Amino acid sequence: MARAVTTQHKAVATIAAWVVAFLIFFPILYTIITSFKSETEAIAGFNLIPSGTLESYVEVQAQSNYFKFFLNSVILSVGSTILALAVAIPAAWSMAFSPTRRTKDILMWMLSTKMMPAVAVLFPIYLIFRDTGLLDSRIGLTIMLMLINLPIVVWMLYTYFREIPGEILEAARMDGASLWGEIWYVLTPMAVPGIASTMLLNIILAWNEAFWTIRLTTTEAAPLTAFISSFSSPQGLFWAKLSAASTLAIAPILIMGWFSQKQLVRGLTFGAVK
Amino acid sequence: MATQQTRSLARMMMAPSVILLLVWMIVPLAFTLWFSFQQYNPLNPIRDGFVGFANYALFWSNPAFIQSIINTLLIVVCVLAITVILGILLALLLDQPIWGQGIVRILVISPFFVMPPVAALVWKNMIMHPGYGVFADIARFLGVQPVDWFAHYPLFSIILIVAWQWLPFATLILLTSLQSLDGEQKEAAEMDGAGFLARFWYLTLPHMSRAITVVILIQTIFLLAVYAEILVTTNGGPGFASTNLPFLVYQKALLEFKIGQASAGGIIAVILANIVAFFVMRAVGKNLDK
Repeated sequence: MARAVTTQHKAVATIAAWVVAFLIFFPILYTIITSFKSETEAIAGFNLIPSGTLESYVEVQAQSNYFKFFLNSVILSVGSTILALAVAIPAAWSMAFSPTRRTKDILMWMLSTKMMPAVAVLFPIYLIFRDTGLLDSRIGLTIMLMLINLPIVVWMLYTYFREIPGEILEAARMDGASLWGEIWYVLTPMAVPGIASTMLLNIILAWNEAFWTIRLTTTEAAPLTAFISSFSSPQGLFWAKLSAASTLAIAPILIMGWFSQKQLVRGLTFGAVK
Repeated sequence: MATQQTRSLARMMMAPSVILLLVWMIVPLAFTLWFSFQQYNPLNPIRDGFVGFANYALFWSNPAFIQSIINTLLIVVCVLAITVILGILLALLLDQPIWGQGIVRILVISPFFVMPPVAALVWKNMIMHPGYGVFADIARFLGVQPVDWFAHYPLFSIILIVAWQWLPFATLILLTSLQSLDGEQKEAAEMDGAGFLARFWYLTLPHMSRAITVVILIQTIFLLAVYAEILVTTNGGPGFASTNLPFLVYQKALLEFKIGQASAGGIIAVILANIVAFFVMRAVGKNLDK
């Protein structure tokens, strides 16, 4: 009896959840479907079954050299993440393993820099970039994205490192391990998962950053965010091409995102919700 | 002795991060503050010079300014209301035992990973377009006139898009919090005869309050800075109907080259963000002490 009620309850909840999930996912699904339509099909009214043509994908690449923008997105997001990790790992390490009275204040201050609105520094940054020749350069934008995400990277690493028990270090020391031995053989293996999750989340954030990447680039260093934005002034009908470009732009990050759900919660709440 | 050495080593390890962030924060902000008291036009440098608070007064007397502040706050408040309320309901639903939970979670979280320009353009063209969008198809199917959303309800359209982007974030965090609720407590409440609403109100909601606070605070930081969604859909219009503060500052700085006014607007944005930041820090800081 009780079991029957549970099954019924589960069936109702399942149907409700799937309907809601489908509605939320629908714009993405419809974009993927439309990317396999021809332009005439795309505007011919609601239709969930595409003809399966790949012409939009071919045309996006042929007309606008899509791959260049894609490559820029990869270089900028991965480059800025590696740079941020190189700067942040030592900092987070020292704050987690030899905290001082001021550690908390420094962490808080770092977080506060993340809250500075980008528009407040738009023009100075624009000037600095223009006068140093960094405008529309991959190096300039990589540094920019690194600075924007540095506070989150430090914070995330810090919350991971703090969970490595200090007793392990003492045990290693008793066994006669040197400082570098400690770091290399004991701490590094325990820190790798945290560093990997931080890296993943940061690549996602850098890939989707859509203020500086649009404003500080024109052609050479422009990533996918800038490329897609150029579709906002339409010349003729372009539904299928927009869909193809969009699908390619979100696919890699969508798949990475699915694998990083847990880390996402932790990283974006600065460890406040686990 | 050893501690002295450790301490200076620790300082050296922290220095690059601290110096980089310090320079990145102080230098541009100082520039902006300086510009906000200057008449500065790169296209017409004849009248450049110190003007006191004139830029702030000009920005203030600009009808677009008040409108942009109202729009900024409307976007923040409406998106927060939508995402938190729907997020709670969704989290409660996904917390039930269901078949295919993993896939449902993946579908629900997906919009968060869509870059803002893609999200906005997909909604603008494929969903809300008055001629070829899905909403128009539905309207025709029902026999009513399709609505030109971005022309007639520009701010609402943007709120809808941004809410779609942030609903997954709220849901995921609230669900995480919900799953840490002690099952025994729930059972005990059930045994005591507490109904669903009573359990939700006295047990679940207080348990989630911390996560709700975090969702509100973190989303506010990002919602104050909505930009790309406006750029690719309404471009701030019609008129200033969908212009928020970041978008107005961008227009002043890079389209009209009114650097002084744009900088004044930037400083106002900083003040606005600081008020929010104060509360964020308090909430996150509490967690550090635990």
